[in-house]
Amino acid sequence: MLSIKDLKASINGKEILKGINFEVKAGEVHAIMGPNGSGKSTLASVLTGRDYVEVTHGKVTFLGEDLLDMNPEDRSRKGLFLSFQYPIEIPGVSMVNFLKTALNEHRKYNGLAPLTAGDFLKVMREKKELVEIDSNLTNRAVNEGFSGGEKKKNEIFQMALLEPKLSILDETDSGLDIDALRIVANGVTKLKNKDNATIVITHYQRLLDYIVPDFVHVLMNGRIVKSGTKELAYELEEKGYDWIKKEVYGTADTANE
Amino acid sequence: MKDEKDEILNEVTSGEYKYGFVTDIETETIPRGLSEDTVRMISAKKNEPEFMLEWRLKAFRHWLTLKMPTWPHLQIPEIDYQNIIYYAAPKKPQYQSLDEVDPELLATFDKLGIPIEERKHLAGVAVDAVMDSVSVKTTFKDTLAELGIIFCSMSEAVHEHPDLIKKYLGSVVPYTDNYFAALNSAVFSDGSFCYIPKGVRCPMELSTYFRINAANTGQFERTLLIADEGGYVSYLEGCTAPQRDENQLHAAVVELVAMDNAEIKYSTVQNWYPGDKNGKGGIYNFVTKRGICKGAFSKISWTQVETGSAITWKYPSCILRGDNSIGEFYSVAVTNNYQQADTGTKMIHLGKNTRSRIVSKGVSAGHSNNSYRGLVKMGKGAENARNFSQCDSLLLGSKCGSHTFPYIEADNKTAQVEHEATTSKIGEDQIFYCNQRGISTEDAVGLIVNGYVREVLNQLPMEFAVEAQKLLQVSLEGSVG
Repeated sequence: MLSIKDLKASINGKEILKGINFEVKAGEVHAIMGPNGSGKSTLASVLTGRDYVEVTHGKVTFLGEDLLDMNPEDRSRKGLFLSFQYPIEIPGVSMVNFLKTALNEHRKYNGLAPLTAGDFLKVMREKKELVEIDSNLTNRAVNEGFSGGEKKKNEIFQMALLEPKLSILDETDSGLDIDALRIVANGVTKLKNKDNATIVITHYQRLLDYIVPDFVHVLMNGRIVKSGTKELAYELEEKGYDWIKKEVYGTADTANE
Repeated sequence: MKDEKDEILNEVTSGEYKYGFVTDIETETIPRGLSEDTVRMISAKKNEPEFMLEWRLKAFRHWLTLKMPTWPHLQIPEIDYQNIIYYAAPKKPQYQSLDEVDPELLATFDKLGIPIEERKHLAGVAVDAVMDSVSVKTTFKDTLAELGIIFCSMSEAVHEHPDLIKKYLGSVVPYTDNYFAALNSAVFSDGSFCYIPKGVRCPMELSTYFRINAANTGQFERTLLIADEGGYVSYLEGCTAPQRDENQLHAAVVELVAMDNAEIKYSTVQNWYPGDKNGKGGIYNFVTKRGICKGAFSKISWTQVETGSAITWKYPSCILRGDNSIGEFYSVAVTNNYQQADTGTKMIHLGKNTRSRIVSKGVSAGHSNNSYRGLVKMGKGAENARNFSQCDSLLLGSKCGSHTFPYIEADNKTAQVEHEATTSKIGEDQIFYCNQRGISTEDAVGLIVNGYVREVLNQLPMEFAVEAQKLLQVSLEGSVG
């Protein structure tokens, strides 16, 4: 589904990603872990097409097409979804209007007729139950005045609605209390099937108790320094990132140089 | 309704001014130029009584003594008043039924989606359509007449209701008021007149569509609305003009009078041709709009969505003379390419406990210039008067300008004036968030701008709000990326 080959990227001339390689197949859940500043969010930005990140080298293929060649909206329409670490507020724009516009853009891209208001509301109701989102949230403006937890739930709700092929969850667990974390994680798990895939970007292992990864990659200093199964996450939790730093660099201090 | 709004957002795809066409209808015009003879000719064409001609001539003579004001934040090319045709009327001006109306004209209205057809009867809209200066058809007059409501063209009112005209015409905006008001008073061709009698609530939205059609014809409408004690009326004004290279002058005057406990709601959606991408052509829109809350507990509310015209210069204002009267001004002004707008309001508080509220939302894109200019005046007698002003500017891109000129004059210590202003640029993050959900940048800007102006659009009657939303989207196409 997704293939990343020797990807290098810079922000303002500073190289952040220094040669990333990995593959995601349909039905898989990959976790990307790593300390602050290791390049996790930059990777998400490259994949979704933010223009402040400059790709200097490498190739990314998504469902057989050159991902880096597509504009951000087409990446979305083709099935790439990002659950934002910090979801953006758009004052005055109703959730219903926003989501209906988004969903119908996806449908148009895939050669489907747009949903009528009635049909859309039906779909919305279904998905709302799936992710246990409050009705009043969807009656408000996009993320406006939402609490941290509400924003994250809202991201998963949008994911349920757009039914992406590949979802990237960027620090979805940050700022969540344990109940919200459970709801969000359950939502993600329910949406999982053999045809889609998920990349979970996280600091901590706790989210991975709920969303169980098939593979865990440790990103450090712009490179994936270690890959393994979910046991790697436990080991990290237990021993901390310094353990990996020592293993990779021989010392705990030079990792971010 | 939400559905409909979305449809509209989706259906709009072309960035060209879609109302740019010329209807080929026989028109009768008088020669170019402006003199006392022109004024006499217009008055004669309209078969006006002597008092009107006298008034026009006084206005004209006064106009000759005036100079065009230079204080606005606008760059206005010199206007050759001798090169303008001051009167153009379709040759056969009066019709008894729609069947007699030129099919081309009806087709024009169709293209604009103007609700003159029967189907709109069901929607409850009465239309007094002004096309190139003479009212072609006034509908629903009978229904309204049963309630004692007078809704007709200004020309008709001059003949049928001379007492009301003598009493109120020029009573809010005298011909001495300003340069363009004087010009309008001298040469105004037609417009709408409405009188709501005591205690009557007008059961439908009254609507006028102005349309400038003949080449090089200045259009000078005159609108007068009076709501007598306890009366209520909601009035809609919509404007489009065909695409042309010559600049066209438009100098209308609107006067509103609200007596005790009366309420007038006046909504405008203006999308006259703004000129092309390089600033060539477009309408000059120099309008004087003013209402007086003459009676106690009266209310006048202006709502405007301005997306058109090369230059817009207008300040719909309220004189709050009656105690406890209320004035409101809700405005969205959008400028793109080389458009210029200097618009705002004046709230003149004279009575006790008068209240006013100003919500102005400016959106600038391209190389345009968008200014809010507002005056809040608290007179000596304005005990406990209150004003709240909110002026927001949204910038799209870095070549446009936005300015706020709030003037406050307070002569009463118990009066309170609050002013809030913000300027923001549309957020890259907001656009990217939309992109990531599959929404193109252009559509994202449309969504975000519509969200930003929602507070004002909410003031518009639903049908108008939909049109306004569509216009915002069209006006800003090509403004980013």
